Amino acid sequence: MLNTADILETISMIREENLDIRTITMGISLLDCASDDENRFAQNIYDKITKTAEKLVITGENIEKEYGIPIINKRVAVTPISLCGGNFSPEGYLKAAKALDNAAKELGINFIGGFGALVHKGMTRKDEALLSIIPEALAETKFVCSSVNVATTKAGINMDAVAKMGDIIKRAAYLTRDEQSIGCAKFVVFANVPEDNPFMAGAFHGVGEGEAVVSVGVSGPGVVASAIKRAGHCDFSQLADIIKKTAFKITRVGQLVAYEASKRLGVPFGIVDLSLAPTPAIGDSVAHILENMGLERCGAHGTTAALALLNDAVKKGGVMASSHVGGLSGAFIPVSEDAGMIDAVTCGALSIEKLEAMTAVCSVGLDMIVIPGDTPAEVICGIIADEISIGVANTKTTAVRVIPAYGKGVGEVVNFGGLLGYAPVIALNTNSPAEFISRGGRIPAPIHSLKN
Amino acid sequence: MKAVITVTGKDAMGIIAKVSNCCADHGANIVDISQSVLSDYFAMIMLVDIDKLNITFTDFVDKMSTLGKDAGLVIQTMHEDIFSAIHTI
Repeated sequence: MLNTADILETISMIREENLDIRTITMGISLLDCASDDENRFAQNIYDKITKTAEKLVITGENIEKEYGIPIINKRVAVTPISLCGGNFSPEGYLKAAKALDNAAKELGINFIGGFGALVHKGMTRKDEALLSIIPEALAETKFVCSSVNVATTKAGINMDAVAKMGDIIKRAAYLTRDEQSIGCAKFVVFANVPEDNPFMAGAFHGVGEGEAVVSVGVSGPGVVASAIKRAGHCDFSQLADIIKKTAFKITRVGQLVAYEASKRLGVPFGIVDLSLAPTPAIGDSVAHILENMGLERCGAHGTTAALALLNDAVKKGGVMASSHVGGLSGAFIPVSEDAGMIDAVTCGALSIEKLEAMTAVCSVGLDMIVIPGDTPAEVICGIIADEISIGVANTKTTAVRVIPAYGKGVGEVVNFGGLLGYAPVIALNTNSPAEFISRGGRIPAPIHSLKN
Repeated sequence: MKAVITVTGKDAMGIIAKVSNCCADHGANIVDISQSVLSDYFAMIMLVDIDKLNITFTDFVDKMSTLGKDAGLVIQTMHEDIFSAIHTI
């Protein structure tokens, strides 16, 4: 039976604490679109996506209206294009990217993910063709997101692929220099990539998935931050309990929306991703959760411990609220998309080294970090190699999404607008890892006994 | 199935009448009402049965929202499932 307090709490979570569903993402298999003709392939994928996801946006809008819960994004994730495309030239893959973009435009969705490759152990000719055209694909499309998996705990790290990533990111930054190098915000490099992540830029439809699937990503850092603030100075056990209870409530909304969307679209329910996804809006920040726990600023010593506690409690609370949990499921720490992180970087409290340490205990990795435009490609490769190693050694997902903003130096602010937010350019260690990166080959998979 | 209608805003004459009339016009049966006026701030929570709506639920949500805007109030209509999802195991 409903009571007034519960109703008011729910409404306050939505109106004042920015509780929302960050995304409904439909995964669509494109394996049956394979063709040795690039034009036919482009037409096949356009047709399949626009037919399968025809009602995605209207369904999302109806659920949003009926339950009074904002659903910020409706997205599509597809099979990594390098797996279903034929033996095309790079230009052939560019046509496929444009077909994805046109399909996204036709559907009215916010992003489409999957223009990528899984190259954690080696690269096929198709992978190489696709990778070589990623910068152009990001520059010449609006909605297409790209991701590349360069390592797994079982396979080790494909350093040949890592060595390519620096150039891809630099070129994407250059080609989109008139838009603050925004191309790089649509590209992410992974280790241990999950195959059912609904969040961009890393969403794709895994090869073990069915024909189509609906997954939901929740949000709600503001709700957690408020709950912690209300609780005052309690001990860590109580703090963890508060986060668990709040995460449970947030995830229940995600489960409800996922269930409804699945039923109405006639597409199986995949997973709910428990991630606390921030936005640049005031009151929607993961950094502010950590600060409400008692840190003067996010980035202070103690931040990694606070984040580890948060991440663990979010999972414990969320798991019970949903029948299937997956994706990235943790706390996101994208700098430009989080008002508290932006402030912490601006005032010098948060460095890239601290961010790297934080990624060892939370979901994903170095995310939406603006670095100087003149950063050499091999330094970017070094950043990626470090971050990917954390994921590989710890059997977790990590990722890198950095933006070397063309023409910008440390301290200058880059504004992407919307959910992508804004951020000051962060300082890097500029000592060169060039010789290390140029060695080529693979870093062997780590041993998982003799743990220390 | 039921929905929760919340009405908030500056107190004025005839708020309950307007909301109730809109419910009756569209086949929503009022099951419960809780209402309070604090200072001159009006707040009402209404539970309505929506099984016999003569329009779609999304249209009903829009009608209520428009009614609120015209009267200088915030009227939000939400399916009861979201509250039970959050607050019951």
